[in-house]
Amino acid sequence: MVPTDLRYTNDHEWVRVDGEEATIGVTAYAADQLGDIVFVELPEPGRALEQFAAFGVVESVKAVSDLFAPVSGEVIEANGELGRSPEHVNNDPYGAGWMVRVRLADASQLDGLLDPDAYDALIAAG
Amino acid sequence: MTADLEGPAHLTPLTDAHRELGARLIEFGGWLMPVQYGSIIEEHRTVRERVGLFDLSHMGELYVEGPDAGEALAAALVSDPASLVIGRAHYSMICDPNGGIIDDLIVYRLGQATFLVVANAGNAAIVSDALAERIEGFKAILDDRSLATGLLAVQGPRAAEVLAPLTDVDLTGLRYYAAKEGTVAGIHALVARTGYTGEDGFEVFVDTSQTVALWDALLRGVRTVGGLPVGLGARDTLRLEAGMPLYGNELDLDTTPYDAGLGRVVKLTKAGDFVGRVALEKVAQDGPARRLVGLIVEGRGIARHGYPVWSGDRRSGVVTSGTQSPTLGVPIAMAFVAPGDGEPGTVLDIEIRDIRVPARVVTLPFYRRDA
Repeated sequence: MVPTDLRYTNDHEWVRVDGEEATIGVTAYAADQLGDIVFVELPEPGRALEQFAAFGVVESVKAVSDLFAPVSGEVIEANGELGRSPEHVNNDPYGAGWMVRVRLADASQLDGLLDPDAYDALIAAG
Repeated sequence: MTADLEGPAHLTPLTDAHRELGARLIEFGGWLMPVQYGSIIEEHRTVRERVGLFDLSHMGELYVEGPDAGEALAAALVSDPASLVIGRAHYSMICDPNGGIIDDLIVYRLGQATFLVVANAGNAAIVSDALAERIEGFKAILDDRSLATGLLAVQGPRAAEVLAPLTDVDLTGLRYYAAKEGTVAGIHALVARTGYTGEDGFEVFVDTSQTVALWDALLRGVRTVGGLPVGLGARDTLRLEAGMPLYGNELDLDTTPYDAGLGRVVKLTKAGDFVGRVALEKVAQDGPARRLVGLIVEGRGIARHGYPVWSGDRRSGVVTSGTQSPTLGVPIAMAFVAPGDGEPGTVLDIEIRDIRVPARVVTLPFYRRDA
């Protein structure tokens, strides 16, 4: 069962909303599929993210994958800790492995995301 | 994110065993193979520090037998298998008439008139066909036993410790690139001191009906010393650290052995003609148009296959393989660059997603085990 306080995308990102801010990361399923994550490239604060557009890159030993924004918004902070310790994404994907915090541009976008049950069904289907 | 299986692939006898061990299976070279059982980094480190067990059933095993087998192979390959002492092996390549590499191989001389050629899985059928054609007219026959042969590798500093109690082959007397027939866990086997990891280790060839029994015995031994089964993911990072080429990355039909820095494999002095001789003599004389180098990325980012390499504003070449080195903890890569850009210490730029990141040319291999 995935965390129940988050919303999810088909691309396996999660978003946690706190007032007008949202924190974004990748799910445990995504981290597991990627394998050992060794590099994360994130946008600078101030950059505008557009919903479902690529905003960064996560690399495992074997592969490079784009990160897609679950919501539009301006980046307030990127998780600089991942530069030194990208393994947080594998070990604690919903906590220390968070990627960016954004100022939500349009809260109604959240309605189009997957709720925990729908996301559970998605990963169960493989 | 997961590799989907395209069309039917060969299954090794160990497919169920891999699944039970939790392996992620991918299609590679026409075979369904384990890419990792757990963490690639952990599997990699286990081979460097202790020992790992690999299923290499996908590799092609081509036997060439007959009184002229040595001469036939000397005409078919760029090396000189006729000069091999019985029980020894060497690294070789099969080239097309233009000197382009069809595959890289290991050739074992098992007897006066018996050779074993080991080809990459994805090229095994092509190599088999080419060898059959090229040995015509010689007193030699080709016996493609790829599907009848199982191959497991035990690699790492404790490989001999794992294998010794299971085999009647004297491992202390078995040199690097030597092979001997005997038994392993009571199974008739060919034991070779070869590998693709940069560590000491062995490759064990058995009849495919014995692969599961051999795997079970070797896995027990490997576990005893803290080893693990290891998939193709770590096999790739291990060989890259060891500076060993991978067909499809560093080697292909548009690449000659000289381009890849492997001109020593080509024996231009051997007697008789061989396929590619004229073209390769020319490259040997003129020098290759590019050079395969090692690079350590000094900025942020990981170089990957296909990324452009620059020297200032001049395009120098292209990355052939790249990863984060589990042993060194930095991003490493191999790349073809312009001949003048290959001196160790030269700083080039790798274009990583539109950003040029500095990388320093280093002497290969990236990793060398203590002798």
